[in-house]
Amino acid sequence: MNFWLLLVIEVVVMLLLVLTSSLVVIYAELKAGSHMQSRIGPYYAGGRWGWAQPLADGLKFLQKEDLSPTGADKTVYGFAPYVVLMSTLAIFVVIPLGPDLVAVDLDVGVYFVLAISSLSVLGILMAGWSSANKYSLMGGLRAAAQLIAYELPLVLAVVAVVVQAGTMSLNGIVEAQNDVWFSLGSFDVALPFVLRGQVLGFAIFMIAAVAELSRIPFDMPIAESELTMGYLTEYSGIRFTMFFLGEYASMVGLSAIAATLFLGGYGFPGVTGTWANILGPGILIGKIAVLVFLIIWIRWTWPRLREDQLQSMAWTWLIPLALLNIALIAGFKVVF
Amino acid sequence: MTSREMMHRSESAVSIELQTPDMTLNIGPQHPSTHGVLRLVAKVDGERIREVEPVIGYMHRGYEKLAEVRTYAQITALVNRIDWVSGFASEVPFILGVEKLMGVEAPERAQWIRLILSELARISSHLVFISSYPLELGATTPLMHSLREREYILELIEEVTGGRFHPNFNRVGGVKSAYGGGSTTKKQSMDLPAGFFKRTSEAMDRMDKICDDIDTLVTGNELIKMRTVGVGIIPPDKALEFGLSGPNLRASGVAYDLRKSDSYLTYDQVEFDVVSRPGGDCYDRYLVRLHEVRESVKIIRQAIDMIPSGPLQAKVPRVLKAPKGHVYSRAENPKGEFGYYIVSEGGKMPYRLKIRSTSFSNLTILPWILKGQLIPDLVAIMGSLDFVLGDVDR
Repeated sequence: MNFWLLLVIEVVVMLLLVLTSSLVVIYAELKAGSHMQSRIGPYYAGGRWGWAQPLADGLKFLQKEDLSPTGADKTVYGFAPYVVLMSTLAIFVVIPLGPDLVAVDLDVGVYFVLAISSLSVLGILMAGWSSANKYSLMGGLRAAAQLIAYELPLVLAVVAVVVQAGTMSLNGIVEAQNDVWFSLGSFDVALPFVLRGQVLGFAIFMIAAVAELSRIPFDMPIAESELTMGYLTEYSGIRFTMFFLGEYASMVGLSAIAATLFLGGYGFPGVTGTWANILGPGILIGKIAVLVFLIIWIRWTWPRLREDQLQSMAWTWLIPLALLNIALIAGFKVVF
Repeated sequence: MTSREMMHRSESAVSIELQTPDMTLNIGPQHPSTHGVLRLVAKVDGERIREVEPVIGYMHRGYEKLAEVRTYAQITALVNRIDWVSGFASEVPFILGVEKLMGVEAPERAQWIRLILSELARISSHLVFISSYPLELGATTPLMHSLREREYILELIEEVTGGRFHPNFNRVGGVKSAYGGGSTTKKQSMDLPAGFFKRTSEAMDRMDKICDDIDTLVTGNELIKMRTVGVGIIPPDKALEFGLSGPNLRASGVAYDLRKSDSYLTYDQVEFDVVSRPGGDCYDRYLVRLHEVRESVKIIRQAIDMIPSGPLQAKVPRVLKAPKGHVYSRAENPKGEFGYYIVSEGGKMPYRLKIRSTSFSNLTILPWILKGQLIPDLVAIMGSLDFVLGDVDR
């Protein structure tokens, strides 16, 4: 097939997949959150169960005036939401949905993910700085501080997986989890990494991922009751929608990474060959859904931490624990 | 200058500590956690607050002045708008003061009804605090749960008084006949809506349950503790110095409650504990309010058993005139001591009405307590003081 045609198909499919999934996650958040709060949530939009609420919200945002403050640095201000959204969308490029269903199978897929996902904070910092608003600036700075604190445990948790799998390709990591770990008689046992001693790493990764997503309990960069809306304060209309979509898309993205690294990605015991290509996306989406629900659940249950508490948690607990995790995993790998 | 000298000079220039000017941050009047229109002019160094100056008056409605051109009966409609979260409770001290001034005493049953409604107002006010305080710390769910339960309280208040927030139910020498109740002095069977006591005790069961729910959702939550324990400590002497009252004072270890120490209505006939905590931090201020809900439930349960039958209204002249004189009347409102100083020159209207509103006095501690705190703690401390802007500005 023509290279360009293939490229266009890949881009369109990925984009649709990402945007649809973030709409679904927004809907899930609205509904799950309401039921946790003894509310009904969206009810009318779309005729049944309010399924069209995220679409309706999106349309409403599109109609809103795209305001920018007088003192704002217009170029940076306008560009910031796209930086956030692009860094999120780029994660999906390397996520394998099946053995052959991956847009680009990079040898350094993990490295790419870590690098590109931390770009989003650049957009946030741009937004905070260019808004010419003190609250926005503080929100942006908080986000930067948070990223520095949480990028490390995130990377260290991933390093342990890379050590265990022996590869940096995401496909390779999934294959490593599908490999036979040990055999009970004639029964071969293949387990995802989380069940192969990576529980600690998984927990650290999820905590750091929530921090990177700036969601409760780590939503200090937004912190409505403290900084009004942090770096989002001045945004409206389509640019706000970009941030909003970006937030939910990166929720899906990071959950997909977590599912791939720790929960076996598209792999499922007994599903091999062509079946893995057919059922793989569904299996991965199921795993993502579990993680996304976890993140939503946390959001509607817990309050927000303080910035200094977050820092001390990252530096005094998560990073030492992550290093310990690497040492244990590496030692395990060498011994066996 | 030799290159060596230059190096030395540049080094000394670098080693001077970097001086950054403080940033002035206007928190409010439009800000999600200022409960309305409080404005704080804060000088901040990064997230650390150097000093803070509260600016109030955005909601001044001139009630003290308005009261001078209204008759005593009309003023109750004004005063329940001061602290709208507990409208009934701010009527009580005023009407007690007027009755004292005129030498009228309300019948026993009216006193009990006032007591029940005051306690319902207290529960409703504390539930608003319990709902909004975690919200300020970022937890959204307790809000929905406790506001849902508050609705039962508001319904009870509504079915008796006709108003959810602004009952305007007190009359000089008694209380209004309930909705559809007819003449209050003759048919006492029509004073409270049928089944009111049954529904009240059902609602009280719900209150006990929501307190337990909130205990599991908020009180024991590690993150809530991290945010509130040891934050914004007010020592007892400072609390007294700044004139704090109510739960804010009791959380600092001063067990001072007007319902006990200067009993009014029929509070001396019911059994209840004055809740106080020794710590003086935000967590204790939260806990005191939560426990006070339980105490109020206890009081209401006793009141339902003890309320006598009888008339609702004492005999008062058709035209109400207060004799020349002055009186200070106070009551323990949900937020603390609420007082009215009424000066009468012997007419239908007061010559002067001074309102000692609780939130205003509780707010005076803000500049002292917020000095040197972080911005997230500012929100935690401000929320824990539980003020209502209408009560601050009057």
